[in-house]
Amino acid sequence: MNFDDTPQEAEFRSLARAWIGANAPKQYEEELRKSSLGRTVLKNADILEVAKAWQKKKADAGWACLHWPKEYGGRGSSPIERVIWQQEEGPFGLLSRMFIIGHGMCGPTMMAFAREEHKRSYLPPLASGEKVWCQLFSEPAGGSDVAGLRTRAEKDGDDWVINGQKIWTSGAHYSDYGILLTRTDPTVPKHKGLTMFFLDMKSPGVEVRPIKQASGASDFNEVYFTNVRIPDHQRLGEVGDGWNVSLTTLMNERSAIGAAVSTGFPELFEYCSGLMLDDGPAIEDRAVRSKLANWAVKASGLKYTSMRAISALSKGERPGPENSIGKLVAGSMIQDVATYALDLQGASGVVSGEDAELAGRFQAMLLRAPGTRVEGGTDEIMRNIIAERVLGLPGDIRVDKDVPFNKIPTKGRG
Amino acid sequence: MNFDFSDDQKQLRDQARKFLTEKCSPKAVRIVLDGKASYDKELWKGLAEMGFLGVAIPEEFGGAGAGHLELCVIAEEMGRANAPVPFSSTVYLAAEALLIAGSDAQKKKWLPAIASGEAIGTLALFEGNGNPSPKNVKLTAANGVLNGIKKPVADGVIADFAVVAARTGSSGRDGDISLFLVDLKAGGVQVKSLTNLDPTRGQAEINFKDCKAEPLGAAGDGWSILTQVLDRAAVLCAFEQVGGSDRALEMGRDYALDRIAFGRQIGSFQAVKHMLADMYVSATLARSNSYYGAWALSTNAAELPEAAAAARISATQAFQHCAKNNIQVHGGMGFTWEFDCHMYYRRANAMALGLGSLTYWEDQLIDRMRKKNAA
Repeated sequence: MNFDDTPQEAEFRSLARAWIGANAPKQYEEELRKSSLGRTVLKNADILEVAKAWQKKKADAGWACLHWPKEYGGRGSSPIERVIWQQEEGPFGLLSRMFIIGHGMCGPTMMAFAREEHKRSYLPPLASGEKVWCQLFSEPAGGSDVAGLRTRAEKDGDDWVINGQKIWTSGAHYSDYGILLTRTDPTVPKHKGLTMFFLDMKSPGVEVRPIKQASGASDFNEVYFTNVRIPDHQRLGEVGDGWNVSLTTLMNERSAIGAAVSTGFPELFEYCSGLMLDDGPAIEDRAVRSKLANWAVKASGLKYTSMRAISALSKGERPGPENSIGKLVAGSMIQDVATYALDLQGASGVVSGEDAELAGRFQAMLLRAPGTRVEGGTDEIMRNIIAERVLGLPGDIRVDKDVPFNKIPTKGRG
Repeated sequence: MNFDFSDDQKQLRDQARKFLTEKCSPKAVRIVLDGKASYDKELWKGLAEMGFLGVAIPEEFGGAGAGHLELCVIAEEMGRANAPVPFSSTVYLAAEALLIAGSDAQKKKWLPAIASGEAIGTLALFEGNGNPSPKNVKLTAANGVLNGIKKPVADGVIADFAVVAARTGSSGRDGDISLFLVDLKAGGVQVKSLTNLDPTRGQAEINFKDCKAEPLGAAGDGWSILTQVLDRAAVLCAFEQVGGSDRALEMGRDYALDRIAFGRQIGSFQAVKHMLADMYVSATLARSNSYYGAWALSTNAAELPEAAAAARISATQAFQHCAKNNIQVHGGMGFTWEFDCHMYYRRANAMALGLGSLTYWEDQLIDRMRKKNAA
């Protein structure tokens, strides 16, 4: 049992460290480090521009999309090298979050299902951050139940004509391309009538409307399709095989191993270490200590669970469904930590933003936290994954599984 | 990075699991639970023959000289099997105290006897209510003679010797406490068995009356030695607790697959699935914290005190959580004497107290984290 790199890993780490040390945009380091919870915003710069510049620099030097093949703009690295890179990239890695959907999900799906000439023309600019991609899956009628989607694609000559609406699309407002899951046959059971495409987000008939979130920010969008035409050669996979294609995409979503999960705990511990309560220092209060200790062991438990996963990667094992616990635990923890930090502030905890203590850091965390528990799979879906795929319990009963899609009731009683 | 046990260590774990599955069935545990024996003597002998009792004891003192990582994997299996033997008191507490502070002669006398299964040891620290603290040690030592009462003392009825914490000063500081070795069979002690939450590991009250004792470690070093012993035991107990958590989770999972209600396996109800998923989460966090504790213990790292407290809290919570929800999954059958659920529930709750309460370890953790941050 040890925390040492193998000689090859150590060599890779020192190369990565040297290059990052010489090239990273250090003027933003402090700001990025402090904005590790929820939203990353730069005060005096457009974060998308900064992110694109950093990504381009990485791509030019061969450090972009490490695990992708070289011919598509990657480095052909092993999974463990990717983890080492993330560790070394530190707060600058937050910039890559602008591309996480494209690099983590759209790219791999293109690699698995697109034509070779499309891969060669679309993937390198995706890797280098010059083009941004989004993923158009969720719909008002299909969030956790992705296969319940209603956006129609109908064949018209060599094209498909798309009508419908997507929702919760991260980054659609600055994306150049997207991968799109549609329904091409409503007369068969829901998983069997889906087909996947990629499309130019500037196509006529695509309308992106940012959604204002509970936090006040707008990271997500609704996307409307009105008679949008997509040529058949931009289809990914067979007609009717969209569900399997989308599973490839979603499997690739499990890419966060090694990236530090935000729990809010280090921030809370630091805060309590300096905070004075009516009866003395917060850190000496029995109730505060008990709360902190309970969160401390969750945070360290997550950290070392992730290290065990990295060790497995280092031995060439593949990450499994047990890695769902990171988001499940961190999601509700961050919410509880934020609530508690405000409770310690008493009545003044209600003040937010620049007027609040620590520039409203915990208030911002509180308002962003509900999203963490929903995006990429709700707590309930995560628990189902653990129960079914780790513990081997029966799947949920799905009454609509064998019913033709157009016969599934769309509303509850009344 | 290889933040995992080695193949050899995993093999040892398999070997221990196989041995305990054969020799320590729930039926065997029940013989002790029902009060027909105070511990499983056959199993104890077998554990000695397998080399498990002395796995972390150096070869020169009759052990296998393997190390603490090896002891961790065995501890996990002891917890999984709910073994009714004085393993934690003898191996984690008494042997570790000797390894840390014993003179050569003391080590030569007791360690080979522990490894061979001939001697059972324990730590006599507590004196009624309260957590580990110098001010809670009232038993006095003067001129090598002890006077006072210790309770509860784990496995005190069957122990051959005890490491006893005694007051040797009156400054009100840590330096007031010294440790002593007492041969419990040599007289000067009255031992009374106490009923307790987990009869598979007995508890005693020991009355020391002008009892002769030899010092263990330097006078006044007692509290610093005890802190080290408790930290090491915290990691080792955490592995027992992780083993117990996993077993309780497994029992709950198996029952959820087996039991049909409302025309379905109860494991197909989301409420039950999610309860089991949460048990898995707590067991996994505890395992990961314990691995870190094992690393710190085996390398004698400066991080050990913090890692030990984190492992202790996390594993205590996980075992209690898994043991209680295992009963919940089992419904009415879960709290019958006939089903095995209560054995893990008893063990989980007894183990939660044996090294001091959760509150005590929470305090320890926060103090240690503060110290690290200040450094």
